[in-house]
Amino acid sequence: MREVVREVVYQMPESLKPVVTHYCSGCGHGIVQRLIAEIVDELGIRERTVGISPVGCAVLGYDYFNFDVSEAAHGRTPAVATGMKRARPDLVVFSYQGDGDLAAIGTAEIVHAANRGENITVIFVNNGVYGMTGGQMAPTTLAGQVTKTTPRGRMPEDVGAPLRVPEMLALCDETTFLARCALNSPRNIRAAKRALKKAFQYQVDGAGFSLVEIVSPCPTYWGVEPLEALKWIEEKVIPRYPLGVFKDAAAAAAAAEGAGAEAPAG
Amino acid sequence: MDGAGVETKFELRIRSEWCKSCGYCIASCPKGVLEFSDELNARGVHPAVAARPEDCTGCRTCVVVCPDVAFEVFKNGSE
Amino acid sequence: MAQNDGDRTLMCGNDAMAEAAIRAGCRCYFGYPITPQNEVTAYMSKRMPEAGGTFLQSESELAAVNMVFGAAAVGARAMTSSSSPGISLKQEGISYLAGCELPAVIANVMRGGPGLGSIGPSQSDYFQATRGGGHGDYRHLVLAPSTVQELVDHTILAFDLADRYRNPVMVLSDGILGQMMEPVVIPDEPETHEPAKPWALTGAAGRAPNVVKSLYLDVLELEAHNRDLQAKYDRMERDEVRYETLEAEDAEVMLVAFGTVARICRSALGALRDRGHRVGLFRPITLWPFPVEALRATRERVRAYLVVEMNMGQMVEDVRLAVEGRRPVEFYGRSGGAVMTVEQVVERVEALAAREAASGEGAS
Repeated sequence: MREVVREVVYQMPESLKPVVTHYCSGCGHGIVQRLIAEIVDELGIRERTVGISPVGCAVLGYDYFNFDVSEAAHGRTPAVATGMKRARPDLVVFSYQGDGDLAAIGTAEIVHAANRGENITVIFVNNGVYGMTGGQMAPTTLAGQVTKTTPRGRMPEDVGAPLRVPEMLALCDETTFLARCALNSPRNIRAAKRALKKAFQYQVDGAGFSLVEIVSPCPTYWGVEPLEALKWIEEKVIPRYPLGVFKDAAAAAAAAEGAGAEAPAG
Repeated sequence: MDGAGVETKFELRIRSEWCKSCGYCIASCPKGVLEFSDELNARGVHPAVAARPEDCTGCRTCVVVCPDVAFEVFKNGSE
Repeated sequence: MAQNDGDRTLMCGNDAMAEAAIRAGCRCYFGYPITPQNEVTAYMSKRMPEAGGTFLQSESELAAVNMVFGAAAVGARAMTSSSSPGISLKQEGISYLAGCELPAVIANVMRGGPGLGSIGPSQSDYFQATRGGGHGDYRHLVLAPSTVQELVDHTILAFDLADRYRNPVMVLSDGILGQMMEPVVIPDEPETHEPAKPWALTGAAGRAPNVVKSLYLDVLELEAHNRDLQAKYDRMERDEVRYETLEAEDAEVMLVAFGTVARICRSALGALRDRGHRVGLFRPITLWPFPVEALRATRERVRAYLVVEMNMGQMVEDVRLAVEGRRPVEFYGRSGGAVMTVEQVVERVEALAAREAASGEGAS
């Protein structure tokens, strides 16, 4: 007797509300949010996760995530996360920030949260432009890139060169996991998910501060179609913002322990 | 038919009203299952549709690249 | 550092305020060094871990108030303190706390301003405290202690009021009060009421997710939110006014002062009464809500008001508003860290009384 058996291969994560987002067509925020929601479900931590929305296009994260979420003043998210995590270490706290939030107005807060090794997860969405306010220069805007406030292209000799955050934070001794990923291909998105999952797992394990930078497309303010935006990431952004893991102190510690256990006694 | 003699078919469900027509899924599908629809959705754009659903292998690449969580994937087997 | 077991102990204001906060159930303190409140951070760094709480010296006053925001959002009693320029830095955070309806205690140990000013005492943050130095239509309770014991009592009260109204509360101290040592009693277990916080971000287990936010992009939604906030502030105005009067029943000249200046005026009262002047003291304890009705009621007998402050004239505006032009309101102030003496207050009152007597002769 033949019976049809139906299996769900993929459906909406429980940690996302089943609503369509306000993000533009091709915006990376939708992908990052989905990855976070999948990870929160997979790790079984939805009921103790607290997210913090940034100021920027992703400010409405609390309308999309199906767990507790707080707002924060622009750039202050790592300080808010610090307060939350110190008061309730059992909660899984993540800070979700854009390039203005983290690398401009919030530079002090991210450096010091990282330097203190706060046991939090920071997701840094870098799309090289300020989307919400209409496309102004970000600290991560590329040299020569035209934006609302760099109509002649960004001139490093005047306004500095694009900032590379995880590389800077790697100088802070108490950081644990610092990585950069991108969303320009299925392969890179899968790698981003692995990095993000590690960043959440490390918090669950109490392993310390994790930050994952995710190079993300902003077709609207880059002035291109979504698929072209992915090409821009590959051809222009990644050369300045190389992908990879800049630090994984937890893995290094585990490896050292493993090596120590294998060493002969005496 | 898979090795155990069970017929397997992957089924894609696309929330076409959520689709913003970014084109990521169409460009990424390794089997060329997806296309832009000729129709317009309520957002005024051409959503992605499964033009060749029988070619779907359930790889979930469309799911991975979609910013709008428009895809659901099911596996229908019969035994 | 003095340990207090319920008996009277000599403590400086800053230490006493910190200890009172811990006794009131504060388990998160975040702050940055600034004179004249450095005793608070030092005290908290020692005592808070003993009490099982968190002390963190933040990277700035701005970061500190945002750490308070985070701790408050997850349901903890949290506090920060600073002095004038640092409180300026916290204004954004205070606006967000108010907009998001989060309870928190912020203590300002006032110093000279504007700008870097001085490390001497002042009362020149009255406007900042009562008019909301941050943006938007919000209010917060402001308590103005004038003794170290009051500082203790007000700090404990501040946590209750913050939780009761889900709003930031400011304890307005100054460089004198912070540094001076007085005998205090800090109850081991003060009567404090920490309500349930179903709105807090404690993890969405067995309930719908909670959101802490102040952003309402829909115009009508934000207006409704502002009306709700205003209704809350109206309740505060109705229920939380606090003030004290001294020898006010037959006063013809009324001194109006808050905080440490009220102590100086209290001393001046004695000398003035001895010289036959009918002088009283009206001391607002909540600067917001300002005790408008109570002060207005003194207009019957009082012929003139002298507002004495360590600033260039701030509370005097609220006194003028309360008096509604029906009586002269004069001002005497010192600034820059200077503190008026009892004699200087006495002189000013006598001069005012003399002018009033002279003008009174021509009145019907």
